[in-house]
Order: sequence, then C-alpha cells, then structure tokens
Amino acid sequence: MRDVAVVGIGCTEFGEHWGASFRDLFVTAGVMALQDAGVAGDELDALYVGNMSAGRFVEQEHIGALIADYAGLASNHIPSTRVEAACASGGLAFRQAVIAVASGMEDIVVAAGVEKMTDVGTGASVDMLASAADREWEGFAGATFPGLYAMIANDYMHRYPLTREQLAQVAVKNHENGARNPIAQFKNRITIDTVLNSSLVADPLRLFDCSPITDGAAAVVVVPLERAREYTDSPVRVLASAQASDTIALHDRRDISTLDATVVAGKRAFDQAGLEHKDIDLLEVHDCFTIAEICAIEDLGFCKKGEAGRLTWEGVTAIGGDLPVNTSGGLKACGHPVGATGIKQVCEIVTQLRGEAGSRQVDAEIGMAHNVGGTGATVVVHILGV
Amino acid sequence: MSVSRFWRKIPQRYNLIGTQCTTCGRYFFPPRTLCPDCRRSGRIVNHKFSGEGTVVTYTVIRSASDQFEYATPYVLAIIKLDEGPRLTAQVVCPPEEARIGMRVRGVFRRVAADGESGVIHYGTKFVPVEGEDILL
Ligand SMILES: [Zn+2]
Repeated sequence: MRDVAVVGIGCTEFGEHWGASFRDLFVTAGVMALQDAGVAGDELDALYVGNMSAGRFVEQEHIGALIADYAGLASNHIPSTRVEAACASGGLAFRQAVIAVASGMEDIVVAAGVEKMTDVGTGASVDMLASAADREWEGFAGATFPGLYAMIANDYMHRYPLTREQLAQVAVKNHENGARNPIAQFKNRITIDTVLNSSLVADPLRLFDCSPITDGAAAVVVVPLERAREYTDSPVRVLASAQASDTIALHDRRDISTLDATVVAGKRAFDQAGLEHKDIDLLEVHDCFTIAEICAIEDLGFCKKGEAGRLTWEGVTAIGGDLPVNTSGGLKACGHPVGATGIKQVCEIVTQLRGEAGSRQVDAEIGMAHNVGGTGATVVVHILGV
Repeated sequence: MSVSRFWRKIPQRYNLIGTQCTTCGRYFFPPRTLCPDCRRSGRIVNHKFSGEGTVVTYTVIRSASDQFEYATPYVLAIIKLDEGPRLTAQVVCPPEEARIGMRVRGVFRRVAADGESGVIHYGTKFVPVEGEDILL
C-alpha cells in the first residue's frame, strides 16, 4: 500500500443556501479544492461523492455522474462513485478515495461531500433523517433522530454523573469556535442559559443541543505522498483510515450509551498509525447532538466513561485546552449538511495542521476526524499528520 | 410508509410475533431470519411474546415528523421484553410519569396516520403496569 496525502481542500459556507442548487454547491467546493491543489480537472483519475439522501432532499439520484458532469468532466469519462452511509457518507467517501490511491489503482482523486437539505420543510427533513436509523422498527414507532440521541442521553445520565449544564457547555464551546470560523452556519456566541431556555425537542435535548438543517459541500484532493510536493508545500499525510459498523437500531446495541463502532474504529485507527492518545493534538468529532460529543470523546478512549462532561466543563476540550475538540465549531455551529460533514472535518484538520486557521488556530501536528452514520451503525475515523 | 411495506409486517406488529433461534435459544424482536450467534446453523421459528417488559430508556418527542405530529408530545422508549430482546415503541402515559425501570405491557393501538384520508397504521404500544418497577 502507498502512503497518501491531502494536497487541496475546499468548502462552501455552510448554511441556508436558498439561492444555490445541489449542483452549484458541489461545483463551488470542488473548484476551490482543485485550485488549492493546483490540479487541472483533466488530471483527475476518479471522484468519490459522499451524499446521504439527494433522492429525497432534491429528488435526484445518480449523483456520481451528475457531479462529474457539472464539474465539467463528462467528456473525461472518469469513474465517479456516490458513497452513502447516512451522516458518515463524507467520511466514507474520503476513505474510499484514500483506499483507491493507496492501492495504486488511482493517482489523483477528489473526495467530496454534499447535501442540500433546505429544499424541503422541517417535518419532511425530520422524516428523511430518521431513515438513517431503522425505518421499519424505529421510525415506524415515531422515533426521530433527536429522539434516538435523547434516549442515549437519558440512559447516559441515569448511569453516569453528567449534569444538564455540562451537556449545554458542549454547545456553548462549539458556538464559541464557530464564531471564529468563516464557513460556520452560526457565528453567534451563546451561554448555558441560551441552551437551557431553548425549546425541548426530545427530552432532555433542547433545540441548542441539536445540529441544524444545513446546505453545504466540501471537497479534498488526495494523491500519493511521493507526489504530494508536486502540488503543495504543505501536504498533510493520512496516517490512518478506519471504519466499523454496528446494529442499525439503537435498541439492539450492546450498550445504549457506548457507540461500539466508535470504540472499534478508534482502536483500529490508533493501531494503523502506531500512535497513542497523547499524540493527538486536535479532534473533530461527530457532535450531531451535544450528548454525541460526550460519547465520542469517551468511546475514542480520550477519557473514562462518565468523565467527558467534567472535562468539557473545565475547558480541556476548548481552543487553548489540552485537547481541543471541534475547533471548526462542530456540527452544532458549523451546521450539518449530512453528506458533507465528514469531508468538512478533514478540511478543518488540514487547515489547522497547515497553520491556516486564523483566530481558532491551535498548536497541532496530528489531528483525528470522527464521523458517525445514524446512531452509530457506521463510524469512520481518520488520523492526519504533518 | 407504503401500504405494502406496512402490510408485510402486520402479524408481527399486531401480535408481537418475533422469532427464536432454537439452536441457541435466543429470542428476536424485531424478528430476524438469521441468528447473529449461530448464523447459518441457527434454526429460526416464530415466537409470540408475552408483551411484558421494562423501560430501558425513553424520551418525550416534542417535534415529530408529519405522520406523528397529531400525537405530540408522546413518550418513546426502548423496552426490554421479559424474554430478552429490546424494541422501540411508544408508551401511553403522561410524559412526566415516564421513568427508566418502569414495567410496561404491550397493547394494540393506532400508531400513525398518513394525513386526513390516508392509511392508518396500527401496531403495538405499551402501557404502564401499575405499582411495579425494576431498578436498572
Ligand atoms: Zn442462535
């Protein structure tokens, strides 16, 4: 297997893009990534596109070909493949691109993620997102996505000492980080009271515990490490790419508030990279809900079960803390265009490792990205380093 | 949900009929046709559950998809049936009375409606069993 590097990144602003279409969003991010890498479109060998549900959000399937076409590559006839794993679609598209380059099958590959969610109403999008879980046996009973994570939160708070205020602090911290990120959907700072006074969505989770409905796209260019210097002075190496799966339904998990797929993917990633937890300088985790960030930090092994709330409260995971988590603002403040999130996480790590993160810059040489599909049925973990 | 997709699961949803692997004895609800432990050497037969169980965790859904908007707020729970398997279902009780460890039993109820003149979906919901609690 060959070593792989990221040599270009691009990301649209995340938010409500009522004036831009699905294909507009993708083209914007893709062109940014190619420009960043100094790569011409006709040099590309393959495209992998993470997308959860264009069929339902914009009533368009056959996304691989659509994207190659509107990227101006129809006459190049390059292989273009859509990758779907609910909210982990982007992370998984990146993993497919890494595998393609590592194997020697392809040389210059774009991994992208895109979702256009605001073309449907809220009730409809709640229904579509519920399909990331078990439609026949969870969705049928009236389970929503926030509802499933709320059941994780209630189970967790029944068993571990996590206070409602500590949980709210996750959102407060991520909004603080998002306020320093030009692409974030929410650039407003919030307080604990903002979270605790927001409306209940699914007890105990309130509106400000939840990531929003968002439009956006992100793209990265990956090449063999040995060729990376042809494109950039600051290549970022892919040190590990790991994936794991688990039961689709939350009720079938071994432990309701431990995401075993995160535990396993995290271990695999550390083993591949030959690294330990203390080597990781920053972490982008899948905080689709505040409780998800708490679980992710613990399940990846950065602290014992039950401790992440206290660490968050004490500022350990803030910018300037020992382990900055979600410097981008996370899904909470950046927004969560489901298929794009995993690629945006990689973009954030690369930005930080290049030292281009401006007022949210942390001192970092190695970063980890953690992307979850559904309530933990798919997890993808990457480690990147300079 | 489409009529055919709903119709296919009527026996299971109306009667809490799941399956059991007679090779290892494990029960499944929702039903499985392949035992995750024994896989191809498992022998799967139907099993009607008693319908008694315990709330493992729950939430109160206050913002639902269109099909369930008529019912909000409603209590949604993961219930561990006494035979072992867990499922997701609504508990018919005031939101403030729901708790972890609460004993419940299955009842036949309307679950969702596809608008004013659409298909009405029936299935199993759970009701509290008075005076009993299991400490989880
Ligand atoms: Zn068996």
